[in-house]
Amino acid sequence: MRLEPIANPTAARRFGLPALAVGTTFVIAAVLAMIAGADPFSVFGLIIHGAMGSKFALLETLNRATPLIFTGLAVAVAFRAKLWNIGAEAQLYAGAVIAVVLGTGALAWPSGVLLPVMAVCAMLAGALVLLVPALLKTRLGVDEVVTTLLFNFIFLLFVSYLLEGPLKDPMGMGWPKSSRLIPDARLPRLVDGLRLHWGFALALLSALAVWVINTRTTFGYEMRAVGQNVEAARFAGIPVTVVILKTALLSGGLAALAGFSEVAGLKGSLTLDLSPGFGYTGIVVAMLALLHPIGVVAAALFVAAIFVGADSMSRAAGVPTYLADIMLASALLLMVLAILLTKFRVRRD
Amino acid sequence: MDILDILLSASFWAAAIRIASPLIFATMGELICERAGVLNLGIEGIMVAGAFAGWIAVWAGLPLWGGVAVAMLVGMGFGLIHSILSVPFGLSQHVVGVGLTLLATALTFYTYRVVLPEVSSPPKIQAFQVYEVPFLSELPLIGPALFSQTPLTYAAFILAGLTAYVLYRTPLGLAVRAAGENPSAVAAQGLSVTAVRMGAVIVGSGFMAVGGAFLTMSAFDSFFFDMVNGRGWICIALVVFGAWRPGKALLGAVLFAAFDAFQIRLQQTPIGAVLPYQVFLMMPYFLSILALVVMSRRAEVPAALMVAFNKGER
Repeated sequence: MRLEPIANPTAARRFGLPALAVGTTFVIAAVLAMIAGADPFSVFGLIIHGAMGSKFALLETLNRATPLIFTGLAVAVAFRAKLWNIGAEAQLYAGAVIAVVLGTGALAWPSGVLLPVMAVCAMLAGALVLLVPALLKTRLGVDEVVTTLLFNFIFLLFVSYLLEGPLKDPMGMGWPKSSRLIPDARLPRLVDGLRLHWGFALALLSALAVWVINTRTTFGYEMRAVGQNVEAARFAGIPVTVVILKTALLSGGLAALAGFSEVAGLKGSLTLDLSPGFGYTGIVVAMLALLHPIGVVAAALFVAAIFVGADSMSRAAGVPTYLADIMLASALLLMVLAILLTKFRVRRD
Repeated sequence: MDILDILLSASFWAAAIRIASPLIFATMGELICERAGVLNLGIEGIMVAGAFAGWIAVWAGLPLWGGVAVAMLVGMGFGLIHSILSVPFGLSQHVVGVGLTLLATALTFYTYRVVLPEVSSPPKIQAFQVYEVPFLSELPLIGPALFSQTPLTYAAFILAGLTAYVLYRTPLGLAVRAAGENPSAVAAQGLSVTAVRMGAVIVGSGFMAVGGAFLTMSAFDSFFFDMVNGRGWICIALVVFGAWRPGKALLGAVLFAAFDAFQIRLQQTPIGAVLPYQVFLMMPYFLSILALVVMSRRAEVPAALMVAFNKGER
């Protein structure tokens, strides 16, 4: 077989195939739910109900979507420039560490000053964490996929050391856990009485900001050009190395905001299980969103709904919650295939 | 214990060879894929799936080698998925690989929970036992290190030799290497680049899964969720370190494992009391990055690695 480009794909092709990919994902999940001895329709019903069936469930989904919007944006920004940042997990923890270092009483500033300072410093830390693999890529040609992946393990061990050493909560009964943030360092709730914090609003603003950068600035154009064709971009006089490094700073900074928002908004302290793989799930979010920043918000809500719904479904139906992870991984693989087939036709030789 | 004492003890080298074995399987698997032109980032997930599949098959009643075969088949199944997406469709090997790792890991954990819903600690199996090679195992130092291991370790070394032989001494190996260097030349010979690459990815993925199975069937006797713990990514670094050659990659795996065995022992010395244990646990990952950096300048990367081949396209 070979692939033949399609000049003008029909609307049915452009929207039907991605819809088919999502549909197939649900079929796979249904079969797996049946293997686990459950009725697939009741499983999906429980997932939907668990994700948005009540005010509490809906707020939980929005809370879960918040870090995913940040990591999804981080991945989307990087992948668009073909910088393969698989290290959002490490950058997230970098942001979380900064939130703890600055927010547990080191700076006794009013919250209007303290919170922006914490956010900016968190972004800087995350940016620095990704800058190392990015420099290794641009200077020495070391593949950033492997280095960013390896940095995830290194950084998590570093956080483990911090939580058992310098950042350990003296009142923590020996648990590897940081002290709690002071009240002024906590992101306030969006609406009084509702368990949703300003991190969610910050995530939406970040998506908007990335969209503006992508579509309205020279930097956004340069990132796109580098991603589409490095040689052509270089020939056109775009400083490719600088663009890649700037992309890395932006991507790492966005991922770090996820850690900042989880610590300052949701948890109030840092533990080693702060992120159940938000960095990796960000890759799925970004791909489902076709790397579009506004799409990231929608994809993050979808992914968060599946995770939150699967948690409650698992308790009720006894189907393992890993069903959610399977659905997202298959959705990712099927979606990239569907997108390809919207642009190419398969021909037999 | 003195550092010199560690390096001269037979138990240290025996541990190094044992730690190297799963890395050798998976590194050879990745090397085969990459020589054919496909970067397989599914390796981490495939190792997880292989570790589980081999162990659960033996737990269900299969003989040990039957478990190894099951692990290999499961790995080849995931390899098939990867190769369909990455070879004929030519999708981004980064995205497909990461997606496959997520899929294989999630499917493994899901199956574990479905098969063993009520267990708090996973059941144990009767794992591979040490087989002392007659006469050779009595040699000083190298006897205990090389010839008092489990059959799966011997298989790892045989696989490395076999990989080198097939790649450099057979027409099949020539086709695989050419698919990674100059796919048009393979097509010009009337061979199918698609078939060669898909075959390499499927077989290579099978070996990765056996590498995972070594952990549950030889190194330990049970399955834990975070058991593979980045070993797949380390193997990708080892392929680069070995400059895509089986012999050098084997040497790299043994050196790496020796370092790993060394840091475990170093933790028990006075030095270990000074440094936090996390520093020692970080070392393998740092070492992998260092290996990538050092080798990046002179490595002979297969020219068509990560380049999709669409017949008729120039």
